[in-house]
Amino acid sequence: MESTPASESSPRGSTRLDSYVDRYAARTAGMTASEIRALFSVASRPEVVSLAGGMPNISGLPLDVVGGAIGELVAEHGAVAMQYGSGQGVPRLREQICEVMRLEGIDAHPDDVVVTVGSQQAVDLVTRIFCDPGDVVICEAPSYVGALGVFKAYQCDVVHAEMDADGLRPDALEQAIRAVKASGRRIKFLYTIPNYHNPAGISLSAERRPEILRVCREHDILVLEDNPYGLLGFDREPHRALRADEAEGVIYLGSFSKTFAPGFRVGWALAPHAVREKLVLAQESATLCPPQFSQMAVSAYLDNHDWQGQIKQFREMYRERRDAMVESLRDLMPAACRWNVPDGGFYVWLTLPPGIDAKAMLPRAVTARVAYVPGTAFFADGFGSGSMRLSYCYPTPERIREGVRRLAGVLEDELELRETFGAVPPTPHLPSSSPRSGYDGPASDLT
Amino acid sequence: MAASSQQNTGGARPAPVLVLAGGLSHERDVSLRSGRRVAEAMRGAGLEVVERDADTALLALLREERPSCVVPMLHGETGEDGAIREVLELFDVPYVGARPAACRVAFDKPVAKTVATRAGLLTPESVCLPAQTFRELGASEVMAALVARLGLPLMVKPTQSGSALGAAVVRTAEELPAAMVGAFAYGDVALIEQFVVGREVAVPVIDDGSGPRALPAVLISPDGGVYDYTARYTAGATEFTVPAPLSPELTEEVARVALTAHTALGLRDVSRSDLIIDGDGRVWFLEVNSAPGFTETSTVPLAISAAGLDLGKVCASLVQAALARPTSPEAAPGPVAG
Repeated sequence: MESTPASESSPRGSTRLDSYVDRYAARTAGMTASEIRALFSVASRPEVVSLAGGMPNISGLPLDVVGGAIGELVAEHGAVAMQYGSGQGVPRLREQICEVMRLEGIDAHPDDVVVTVGSQQAVDLVTRIFCDPGDVVICEAPSYVGALGVFKAYQCDVVHAEMDADGLRPDALEQAIRAVKASGRRIKFLYTIPNYHNPAGISLSAERRPEILRVCREHDILVLEDNPYGLLGFDREPHRALRADEAEGVIYLGSFSKTFAPGFRVGWALAPHAVREKLVLAQESATLCPPQFSQMAVSAYLDNHDWQGQIKQFREMYRERRDAMVESLRDLMPAACRWNVPDGGFYVWLTLPPGIDAKAMLPRAVTARVAYVPGTAFFADGFGSGSMRLSYCYPTPERIREGVRRLAGVLEDELELRETFGAVPPTPHLPSSSPRSGYDGPASDLT
Repeated sequence: MAASSQQNTGGARPAPVLVLAGGLSHERDVSLRSGRRVAEAMRGAGLEVVERDADTALLALLREERPSCVVPMLHGETGEDGAIREVLELFDVPYVGARPAACRVAFDKPVAKTVATRAGLLTPESVCLPAQTFRELGASEVMAALVARLGLPLMVKPTQSGSALGAAVVRTAEELPAAMVGAFAYGDVALIEQFVVGREVAVPVIDDGSGPRALPAVLISPDGGVYDYTARYTAGATEFTVPAPLSPELTEEVARVALTAHTALGLRDVSRSDLIIDGDGRVWFLEVNSAPGFTETSTVPLAISAAGLDLGKVCASLVQAALARPTSPEAAPGPVAG
């Protein structure tokens, strides 16, 4: 043995391998290693058909055009593009954002737009300026895992309200509001994804939109309308935004991640004047300013490219993938499975036969080289074990069919196992008793 | 002629050490962490190191770039079942760690327990059953028989898995079906074992060519009482005491048990035995790992450091030991790049 004593001090006695373990804020509770999240690591391998991640498929982007525009940006405006900018965002881009929102019936002024680092940061900033620990945020059941992670980080209590095929149910919303108020807690806002919901894949019907606004108005509840998929409907004109009919009671969030490219990390919030002022200050304290270079690149793209034509191409590509998934599910899934047929966006929400736990089944699926996100990731209260989110946005139609074929085999095996052992409570080795919403989904760079 | 000697002659720059990490097992994420840490440590010790996944590019890499030595940091199947080592032997590439046959025995927990028992070690009474047996004979009857025979509490785990994946403590008979389903999610065969209440210790064994020796035992005290995946890989979630505060007799006994397991199972270079010391001071062998974790929260690096050793130098010495032995009868050792 040639080894010699280490030059650094050797640990003696007890250690927790984290010098700061007693110093973390309470909000870090739950930021722990997760075997479910670790399983997604395998999904990055090409052998695995990942129906888990929600990465937009940007292979159809005209990279030569984008590259040329960025080269021109550097050559002609580099000194500005690579400098600090306004905390509210580049004025020209805010004008263009208003043009984008006009497609959904929103009449907005650029002064009321705050550019953010993806709409994810907008969720963070809104929660930061509104929520104290213990405040309640009402979310659909299920809801976006990334938003649940933000609400958990700010120590909010999430209360879910049921959806059906027409989206969030006004009666369920009203019931949730009344129950929270009766418990003496404060509701800070309703977080809703009205179009091509992540993960449920459904949209709020036109008839329900005024109803949801009415309920919120009557109870003085602010609406946080998150709309990253609104322009990705397959068979119709864009839904009319909630914000289009309610300027004062709605904060609207948008993003270029799905309609252009997520790597630029450019999203926005459209907020009432007073809220916008606070969002700008919060943005300045968080990042000083949203990335100037990204904003100007997106702006150049919108100015010089047929971006609406590009979105149409994206829609057709996603429609083809949706068809492949839905047809495969019809052909291969056991009879007791149920799923929706989305008419836009990225996701199918699959409900499993009774007694099947999607979270407990995930290791078996990974062994079979297919991945999905268990439904529990989309609930703050431990529910959702009988469902899963399937993404069709990234794999080719052939890979989607292969993935569904593998998933069907996994499900058959799991059904047989459950039949053998009967109905069982959640597996004791999994952290189902301590919901980990926001932390059990795949990382953003995993397909 | 062995390629390892071909590549290192004629004054050419010696080939680097290849750290293999990742793979397709459920422990991919752990493996990547182990691989990164070992690679960095060896670079710190002056070795030239490359890191690669075990994927379809591997064979071309072995054939064309000829690493001087491979350090397999692959956990779970492929990494610990001997498969990747069989491939390395096919290509006459020196590697750190046990040979394939020994890996196969160590990776299968019931087989390893049988070998350990024959070597005189104490191991909890257990039953090993495939899912098919429960289907064919009726799960209720079989589970009732298991509880009647082994009593409660029980530990249920897949026979071939690591990082406590699919493992569960069963304290009541009603918890057993869920634990079985959880274990079968990771494999077709499960080990149902008496749960021994006591102090959990990990004892690494290293052998750089001068004979196996036990490193200081690591006492493991997870906050939640169960050393599950979260407790293993969340810094701060478990308290480790190293050297474990044991009497001189117990210190000697846990070392003897780990060395006996390492030797009886035919392991090589490095292993880690997981043991329980019960209230009567008896040392129970649970399992042994032929490719133990080297992550920031793993016990082997802790024990190496507690022994006053440098992780990079220990890994480098294991590489030297691998290079000093023939990869096949006609193979000859070659120097390592540094």
